[in-house]
Amino acid sequence: MPLVKNGKIAGDEFVHLADDAGIPGDGAVLLSSARFLGDPETLSRRAGKTGVIWPNNRDLDDVVPYLDRLAVVALVFPSFRDGRAYSQARLLRERYNYRGELRATGQVLRDQFLFMIRAGFDAFDVKKPADAEAFANTVKRYSVFYQPTGDGRMTALHRRMMLRHSESANP
Amino acid sequence: MTSPLEQKKIRITGPSVVTANRTWDGIVIYRTARQDWSAKLSDAAIVRTSDEARALLAESVADDVGAVGAYIAPVEIKESGKIKPGNLREHIRLQGVTIDLPVPA
Amino acid sequence: MYAYDELDRTLINERVEEFRDQVKRRLSGELTEDEFKMLRLQNGVYLQLHAYMFRIAIPYGTLSSAQLRRLAHVARRYDRGYGHFTTRQNIQFNWIKLAELPDALGDLAEVGIHAMQTSGNNTRNVTSDQWAGVAPGEIEDPRIWSELLRQYTTLHPEFSFLPRKFKFAITASPHDRAAIKIHDIGLRLHRNAEGETGFEVLVGGGLGRTPFIAKTIKPFVHGHDLLSYVEAILRVYNQYGRRDNIYKARIKILVHELGIEKFAREVEDEWQQMRDSDTALTLDDAMIEDIRSRFSYPAYEKLPHLPEELKKAAADPLFERWRKNSVFTHKVQGYAIVTLSLKPIGGPPGDATADQMDALADLADKYSFGEIRVGHEQNLVLPHVARRDLPALWAALDKIGLATPNVNLVSDIIACPGLDYCSLANARSIPIAQELTRRFANHDTADLIGRLHVNISGCINACGHHHVGHIGILGVEKNGEEFYQITIGGRADENAELGALIGPAVPYGDVADVVEDIVEAYLALRARPDELFVDTVKRLGVEPFRERVYATR
Repeated sequence: MPLVKNGKIAGDEFVHLADDAGIPGDGAVLLSSARFLGDPETLSRRAGKTGVIWPNNRDLDDVVPYLDRLAVVALVFPSFRDGRAYSQARLLRERYNYRGELRATGQVLRDQFLFMIRAGFDAFDVKKPADAEAFANTVKRYSVFYQPTGDGRMTALHRRMMLRHSESANP
Repeated sequence: MTSPLEQKKIRITGPSVVTANRTWDGIVIYRTARQDWSAKLSDAAIVRTSDEARALLAESVADDVGAVGAYIAPVEIKESGKIKPGNLREHIRLQGVTIDLPVPA
Repeated sequence: MYAYDELDRTLINERVEEFRDQVKRRLSGELTEDEFKMLRLQNGVYLQLHAYMFRIAIPYGTLSSAQLRRLAHVARRYDRGYGHFTTRQNIQFNWIKLAELPDALGDLAEVGIHAMQTSGNNTRNVTSDQWAGVAPGEIEDPRIWSELLRQYTTLHPEFSFLPRKFKFAITASPHDRAAIKIHDIGLRLHRNAEGETGFEVLVGGGLGRTPFIAKTIKPFVHGHDLLSYVEAILRVYNQYGRRDNIYKARIKILVHELGIEKFAREVEDEWQQMRDSDTALTLDDAMIEDIRSRFSYPAYEKLPHLPEELKKAAADPLFERWRKNSVFTHKVQGYAIVTLSLKPIGGPPGDATADQMDALADLADKYSFGEIRVGHEQNLVLPHVARRDLPALWAALDKIGLATPNVNLVSDIIACPGLDYCSLANARSIPIAQELTRRFANHDTADLIGRLHVNISGCINACGHHHVGHIGILGVEKNGEEFYQITIGGRADENAELGALIGPAVPYGDVADVVEDIVEAYLALRARPDELFVDTVKRLGVEPFRERVYATR
């Protein structure tokens, strides 16, 4: 399943560790939430990048204290129809100011890329290679956005406000 | 007429066919014995056991490009051998609405 | 009427292109039906019994004449020459081909019409009062707020994959013509003691398998906070609404399971945290004014209440009957709100042919400043008719079959498409409606009976809103036969209430007789001629009606 980062297919430096596998001293690892929460203080301070896979039916409260030490938070779309991770993503970015990699995993399909980007995801574990290849074009589909998220895109309402101000400034 | 879309266990109680809608235009179609579809009920393959039904449905569902929403529907076989829809829902699907269209077809 | 600007139009066009690509990938097999189904639903495309059904959005039920003509074009070019207006102010076409849909959408986009989110587990058409902007006693035009909500909810990245569908309705009048109490979020616009505009917010209304009347979650949310408060509700629902069982996935179930107080606290908690961290969703007066400024209103003339034309026409009993039935008081003197019944005697309720649509568009241009409205009762409205034009308008409407004087009467039936069209249905609804209109075809009789809303649904999904019909009829299946459960005493307005079952389901052939029995019982039992059916039921309960209906059955 190709990983897309910065709009392109990229290699994945993170190893997804099974719950009973030994954790290396350094190197980038992705741990299940259960594993991580078993010893979060130590694990979040290990040399090497640490990431957590957070289930979509669990509140974020338990991971929030460690966000500034996590390199990756991976959220889950068990079905592309299950939109809970969109709320989790926005909360992580906009309420808790998470700055690390926010990765979409599970059923990640082309027609949801732009929603995911707007919700704050910046890495995508894409299900179909053809979708991964189409990523850069897909995110150009829309130029108008009605509602604000943390992605910094200006909403239509604000663009109109700016247009009005410039009109009144330059009648 | 409980929606056959809610069929979970496949158990037929009489002669049945597999029916669906054609993907590109939505018209009603029936699975034939020749691994294709026809708009004519008379071309439909008849299954008489639950195993046959399951097999025909599985083969039909595999044609995801050509057909949408395949399911098993009852039919009635007249003495003459003519196949008729087995309930009101299938009658309506084959013959069309039971009312006059606002604009005659 | 709201005028789409370049930004609005660009978005619609971008959506059309995206859908065109999705259809292409479906037809090539690159997308499976399982993957495509949600995408087509997000654009209002259902698979029905005979064909695809295409549901087009008519935001808050407002159409321009140019838009109505384009709907007529779509009916002719891509369908079978007619469309069906729905109980959510939308229009449906029943015979559309998937392969032609992108072109149909392209044609519609040219006049600012779209089908975004008219189906799927997302936020649907924001419906409102079909008399918005012209009703006497209205506090302010609710469509301004409907448009703000429409934009906010369109292609919302966080809320496009909710547990289930989500419906909004807004009212700004004391009498609720928008049925807000049976919506997931109902909004009642009003002013607080300081004269500020805001909303009573109700949540958890909805019909279907487990009907609920919405409950108030917050008595006053300031207009500036509307979007942020709605976002808090949607976020709580998105995270905690059930996803394990589609029959328990609406917000009404979450509200019911948590209880309204706990639910309100969850929302309040989320809302406070939201406001602490950012104010991006807070509206200010300039933004509201910007949307308001793109709503245009007619330049009304100063006209008399009783012009010569009207005085003369009073001599015509047919005109007078129609005027008394279909013409309503406008907030501007000399003007009128005209309801056009789409319930001809013997016809399917809520349908209009392409020819009727074109003719009506011309009449709208001539007599209603180019504007038409769609009501959830499946009738149309011309909202700005000068009273002096009523006789000429009536003559023209009568010619095209849009002047049946049965608005709000027993033959003004609200019905879903039912088993004739819909793959979810258990029984037919349209022939039942047709027979009922024939039984009550005599307009004197219908007048005598008075206001009586009959609602028919072909299955428990309740698209005909039978739970809140004065008489509600629900199609069920018994041993392969069509049977119907009858309820009475439901209401959809500010006194919303669910109807009560009168007894065991009756077979298809008996339904019209049963309704006649119920009506006869009402006529015998009503306290005064002007005691409405629904009030008689409230006063006496179901028993006298049950006796009458089941005495010989």
